Amino acid sequence: MKILVPVKRTIDYNVKVKVKADSSAVDLTNAKMAINPFCEIAVEEAVRLKEKGVADEVVVVSIGSKSCQEQIRTALALGADRGIQVETEDALESLQIAKLLAKVVEEESPEMVILGKQSIDSDNNQTGQMLAALTGMPQGTFASEVEVNDGKVKVTREIDGGLQTVELTLPAVITTDLRLNEPRYASLPNIMKAKRKPLDVKPAADFGVELESHVKVLKVTPPPERQGGIKVADVDELVEKLKNEAKVIS
Amino acid sequence: MSILVYAEHDTENLKPETAKVVKAATQMGDDVHLLVAGENCQSIAEQAAKLAGVAKVLVADNAAYGHQLAENTADLLVEMAGGYTHIVAGATTTGKNFMPRVAALLDVAQISDIIGVESDDTFIRPIYAGNAIATVQTADKVKVVTVRAASFDAVDESGSADIEAVDVVKTSERSSFVTESLTESERPELTAADIVISGGRGMQNGENFSLLEGIADKLGAAIGASRAAVDAGFVANDMQVGQTGKIVAPQLYIAVGISGAIQHLAGMKDSKVIVAINKDEEAPIFQVADYGLVADLFEALPELESKL
Ligand SMILES: Cc1cc2nc3c(=O)[nH]c(=O)nc-3n(C[C@H](O)[C@H](O)[C@H](O)COP(=O)(O)OP(=O)(O)OC[C@H]3O[C@@H](n4cnc5c(N)ncnc54)[C@H](O)[C@@H]3O)c2cc1C
Repeated sequence: MKILVPVKRTIDYNVKVKVKADSSAVDLTNAKMAINPFCEIAVEEAVRLKEKGVADEVVVVSIGSKSCQEQIRTALALGADRGIQVETEDALESLQIAKLLAKVVEEESPEMVILGKQSIDSDNNQTGQMLAALTGMPQGTFASEVEVNDGKVKVTREIDGGLQTVELTLPAVITTDLRLNEPRYASLPNIMKAKRKPLDVKPAADFGVELESHVKVLKVTPPPERQGGIKVADVDELVEKLKNEAKVIS
Repeated sequence: MSILVYAEHDTENLKPETAKVVKAATQMGDDVHLLVAGENCQSIAEQAAKLAGVAKVLVADNAAYGHQLAENTADLLVEMAGGYTHIVAGATTTGKNFMPRVAALLDVAQISDIIGVESDDTFIRPIYAGNAIATVQTADKVKVVTVRAASFDAVDESGSADIEAVDVVKTSERSSFVTESLTESERPELTAADIVISGGRGMQNGENFSLLEGIADKLGAAIGASRAAVDAGFVANDMQVGQTGKIVAPQLYIAVGISGAIQHLAGMKDSKVIVAINKDEEAPIFQVADYGLVADLFEALPELESKL
């Protein structure tokens, strides 16, 4: 079984971004970049399925400028077998990304596509579901457990009320939630090995997909700042303030 | 403008988010229809018909929609999309699951998790865990939008919309429901509660959450948690508050043994009043707290419970 894992280069999750002075976008100058944490969980899951003998090949794909090869290499160091970079300088929207991925799916015919449920930059939570719709695949989103059996996959999903399990006929799309696994650290030998694994570069324009954007960002502003409050001396003062000043308890 | 809103429910009750999502929809235009999809959901339709601003309730009552499987629900919405300018749902795990499918099948973008409506095509949404706020305009004919319910007030229940049956059945052969384990709780739902008290890694284990329960009982509060507390297995996943969990904006949020990582703040910093109880006076949570108490939670919580 072949597993395709799309990954995204995003800001490191520890970085608190600032907005540019002209309100056009967030300022990513010199920001530390990394593989989106949910994508990393997706890579880990695919690699574990390979280690269990369920999968025999893990292919990673990233869509972006040359710099995203770094994240592809990270995924290869975690154990993926080969990489594909779909090269574009444009910041594409989820729909365009999903359309490009659908083309990659057509070429690669994976039995499973595992993606992160959301990227921590645009926080859209869309691409996996869109890809599933465009390819006619069933989907198991926000997965906390994945069990492959006999041409089917059981996915336990984290939902607002608890957990839900669905069964999908392969090929299927899965998106990862935080508790699916804890990604390993790449070892130095594996990082070295990753440098020699195959990485194909294909221009996005060659896929024959309409890449025009549908959504215009009019402005990006900082969120309203919360005024820091006060420290109370003890529980008595806290209760007194909540009752008489904030008036949120009686 | 004609807006189709997906009503969220658990077959017995319309979820409180729906009244807030309807509020957002009424800001996009005035012809708002509510779709109730489910199995044996007639009573939901009756509840939905009372929401102010709703002109019509459409009911798709069929086993195919019983567990809100994304494949079936999306196909239903796509079939119904003709004639609507907007398709709107809450940014809940249900809405997040099927709405991007709807968007892709209609070949339009989705605007996720909006916190404000500027006009019928322009919306405000947080990005980067709420550290930036984007105003975006969509050029699509049909606007597919998910709404962060916590950012809108609920409409009242003074309406009396007509109820109409919808005879569309969409069933996917490739996806089926297996089982569900839902957390039973007498407490208010996290996303609807006026008061939320959340515990973090500082709680040390699941048993210690009983220290929060006593207080929650006295205040009628819901109980939440940080990711660290959920990952460590102290409490269930549906209690996670944050960028990638639930977004809450109660009147009062009490964070106990939570450091205040940006991902956690993203889920609660729009609360009206924030209280932090933490033994580390440098913890970042104090930067957003209206009232900070530097204390050991194992001493502070029993005392707080006794003084309420
Ligand atoms: C992709 C991604 C998504 C994430 N999404 C979320 C999310 O949705 N929600 C979320 O919460 N996190 C999320 N996180 C995790 C986040 O970065 C933090 O790791 C997490 O919020 C920390 O939880 P915590 O504050 O409970 O634990 P810690 O950071 O370990 O803080 C524990 C706090 O407890 C205090 N403490 C300890 N003992 C006591 C005591 N006896 N009395 C008083 N205080 C005490 C300590 O001083 C400390 O401040 C996400 C991370 C990533 C990478």
